[in-house]
Amino acid sequence: MMRSWKPAAHGAWLALLLAAGALAVDTTVLPDPKLQERYEALTHELRCMQCMNNNIADSPVGLASDLRRDVQEQLLAGKSDDEIRASMVRRYGNVILFTPPVKDPSSFWVWLLPALAALGGLLIGVRVVRQRARLVAQDDSPVDAEEPRR
Amino acid sequence: MFPEFGQFTLVLALLMAAAQAFFGLLGPHLGNHRYMGVVRPAVAGQFVLVSASIGVLIHAFVSFDFSVEYVANNSNSALPTFYRVAAMWGAHEGSLLLWGWILALWTLAVAGFSRNLPASFASRVMGVLGVVSFGFLLFMLCTSNPFSRLPAEMIPADGRDLNPVLQDPALAIHPPLLYMGYVGMSVAYAFACAAMLEGKLDQTWARWTRPWTTLAWCFLSVGIALGSWWAYYELGWGGYWFWDPVENASFMPWLVGTALIHSLAVTEKRGLFKSWTLLLAILAFSLSLLGTFLVRSGVLVSVHSFAADPSRGMFILGFLIVMIGGALGLYAWRAPLLKSQAGFEGTAREAFLLYNNIALVLAALVVLIGTLAPLVNDALGLKSISVGPGWFSRSFPYLAMILLALVAVGIHSAWKRGRLGEHTNRLWIGVGVALALGLAVVFVVFGAGKWQSTLGIVLGIWVIVSSLFDPIDRWRRKLTLSRAVIGMTLAHIALGVNVIAISTVESYTIERDVAVGLGESVTLGRYAYRFDKLEPMEGPNYDGVRAEITVLRDGQPVTVLHPEKRNYWVARATQTEAGIHSSPGGDLFVALGEDLGAGRWSLRAQVRPLIDYVWLAAGLMALGGALAASDRRYRSRQAAEGTTAATSTAQAT
Amino acid sequence: MNRFILPVAVFLGLAALLYIGVRHSPGKNDMPSALIGKPAPAFELPVLGETTRKFSTHEFAGKPWVLNVWGTWCVACREEHEDLMKIAAQKRVPIVGLSYKDDDAAATDWLNQLGNPYTVVAVDKEGRTAINFGVYGAPETFLIDAAGLVQYRLAGPMTPEIWQREFLSRIGGGGPR
Repeated sequence: MMRSWKPAAHGAWLALLLAAGALAVDTTVLPDPKLQERYEALTHELRCMQCMNNNIADSPVGLASDLRRDVQEQLLAGKSDDEIRASMVRRYGNVILFTPPVKDPSSFWVWLLPALAALGGLLIGVRVVRQRARLVAQDDSPVDAEEPRR
Repeated sequence: MFPEFGQFTLVLALLMAAAQAFFGLLGPHLGNHRYMGVVRPAVAGQFVLVSASIGVLIHAFVSFDFSVEYVANNSNSALPTFYRVAAMWGAHEGSLLLWGWILALWTLAVAGFSRNLPASFASRVMGVLGVVSFGFLLFMLCTSNPFSRLPAEMIPADGRDLNPVLQDPALAIHPPLLYMGYVGMSVAYAFACAAMLEGKLDQTWARWTRPWTTLAWCFLSVGIALGSWWAYYELGWGGYWFWDPVENASFMPWLVGTALIHSLAVTEKRGLFKSWTLLLAILAFSLSLLGTFLVRSGVLVSVHSFAADPSRGMFILGFLIVMIGGALGLYAWRAPLLKSQAGFEGTAREAFLLYNNIALVLAALVVLIGTLAPLVNDALGLKSISVGPGWFSRSFPYLAMILLALVAVGIHSAWKRGRLGEHTNRLWIGVGVALALGLAVVFVVFGAGKWQSTLGIVLGIWVIVSSLFDPIDRWRRKLTLSRAVIGMTLAHIALGVNVIAISTVESYTIERDVAVGLGESVTLGRYAYRFDKLEPMEGPNYDGVRAEITVLRDGQPVTVLHPEKRNYWVARATQTEAGIHSSPGGDLFVALGEDLGAGRWSLRAQVRPLIDYVWLAAGLMALGGALAASDRRYRSRQAAEGTTAATSTAQAT
Repeated sequence: MNRFILPVAVFLGLAALLYIGVRHSPGKNDMPSALIGKPAPAFELPVLGETTRKFSTHEFAGKPWVLNVWGTWCVACREEHEDLMKIAAQKRVPIVGLSYKDDDAAATDWLNQLGNPYTVVAVDKEGRTAINFGVYGAPETFLIDAAGLVQYRLAGPMTPEIWQREFLSRIGGGGPR
């Protein structure tokens, strides 16, 4: 069965009115600069579930400000970043994280595949160059005999 | 004039495209010169007809014809004339018509500039382009007719207005230029298919194909840069790249297009990489079709998507499968012809271009994986995921760094035998200057930032320095500097500038989101932004407020910014217009957030060092490409007549 | 041979993926909640219109019930209201309304004018409870079974057809409770 998440049509009318051109300026300031840093990082990492591809820091909709408040409260309560992320995932699913979790088997492949491809690319490069280098000796096709360098 | 006339001309254009395709492909197959003679007139006819169609649609916009559904949805009586014209391509149906017109334009250019190509080959190129045109026109007529009329009782008194985000001068240039690039990739595709149909793919073919591909790439570069710049000043977030699916959809063909123009260089020079070049041409076009698909099918969620419609998605997908499947079929058929016996060493120019191409294709693959991953998970029934900037910024830059290093070294390499040993001093000087300047800039001027930025700045400087050695050397030895060499140098320098700019912006931007009252200031490093005034204002189809923010550096006023918050009445949307001051050192940015009451407003203030160079560099890159494409050897008569490989290599690169 | 195995394989794979993507694109109503199969978050909230009483989820422990998230500001909620009334009239399961970030007076007026399908209306002024349920808009309707686990979440307006297909089928047989 194919399930897919799309930003809720039921919330979308609000999102469309606001998200298109308006921005959210999140003026929250936490008492401790370290907490503030973590707050900013987290709110940029969490997806606004009601919008088209925005994070909760930049989104003007009500849900975003509610979620920001939730993050703030958890930070002030001393929760760690992992715990806060876990609480979001528990309620909204992995889709609320803009960076897919590495450890989760359903998204591990997103991290693995580029690495494998890079390895593949490297092997192809090595193979082609080996082949061609062998041919250099027999190859007397002319290449810029007149030019000093190129 | 009735809108139906516009639809009628589209139908005629469809028939013209069919003729173009039919005779263009059948003529050479049968060796029938009369058939081949039909092709150029068909191309011209198609162009005239599609132009007429666009003319009708623009007229409908300018004359407020709200009986046309598309006009009713995207225009309004209060919309200024300039935007009424540009609104023509502001939404799905009209933008498709623009696409079709630009395709007809490219084909017309090919028809005009291909007289010195063998008749059967030119005919096939135009034939293939005819097939693409046919597909798009059919798509328009079947699923996305811009001329569909509303029944009389549903004609609104006034239109719903153009999306306020689009009511900006950049709307006039970003889509057309971007489409010039996207659509231009179909020319490379057509050249590739024509070669496969002819059964002949040699260095001459590469020489014909290069300028067209390079030109398309130039447009794509500029189109993407404009989009990024537009997002920066229009969306109010002060960001310039979001790894949004639609942005990625334009970036992937660019990456592959870059690989393609370099692969063509090797094919032209040494008759190598023929398969690579063909596949890259097919891939670039596929990615450009994929981009069309992603934006219009509703398969992915994006801030840029046009209204989604799965039936449109199915059509484009079918079209994509036919075009790409067909090309791959041709490729399989002709593969045996593509082998060459030329050799090169591991440090030869060819090798570096190979490594570069692998890196670029891998980069495009990374972007593709990130863009499509949510779709893959949904299709396989796995947990839904999102892939955003956090993932991209941890995956993409590594390939970019590798690429830069390859450029900086490979640029000194000679064809076939590399002979890098002759240039060890250049390499040492390059690295040395890059490290010295780069580390000085980072640690003395700015202060330490992210390590990726430091690396990016060093690599960027290295690329720039490396690019300068050869031209300076030639100039000193009084050798001619061909346009190709100058163009290449400019483009590589631009790459370095672009990377330096991005690295700087990513580490050294100062951003603060604050609440301020009148008279209050917010400090960003050496700068202070003082909220001086706020007054109501009105525009043609909006009203709102306009603030006056004075920016001081070290206590001295530097500039006054005027951000606005606008309410568009008809579209019922709020739009924030940032106030930006640009200087050679960077931008000062401010955007209004919300009215917090009691005279207090939330603001986003940013200091963005060197950000304008991100886009200026793209422009310089395009200029370099255009210069290279206009090199004499692509234009001279004798060169076109297919001189031997030896003679052509005696000329400049 | 292997020169084109890779490109063709990638092409076919992508084509298949995109095909599946387009075919299933309009699936607005089957958005899986992360809470499916997990215990519904317990809450205790004030009741609309009654200053002294609070509603707690413990009241429905051991029985299936439905939670409907709504607001007077929500256009789609207005659309589904009639259908909710009909469903409530069947008296299969109690429907608890969650007044989501709304104004009490407006909510009361609304229910007085249009009818009240809810056994009780809990007031979530700040949206905290809704967030705990993973709500991201209105209307949303949750089915909670007798064991207190979330069995289904509908994001979007309720229709008799969806009620039949997704909710009744999971509640099982039996008459009014």
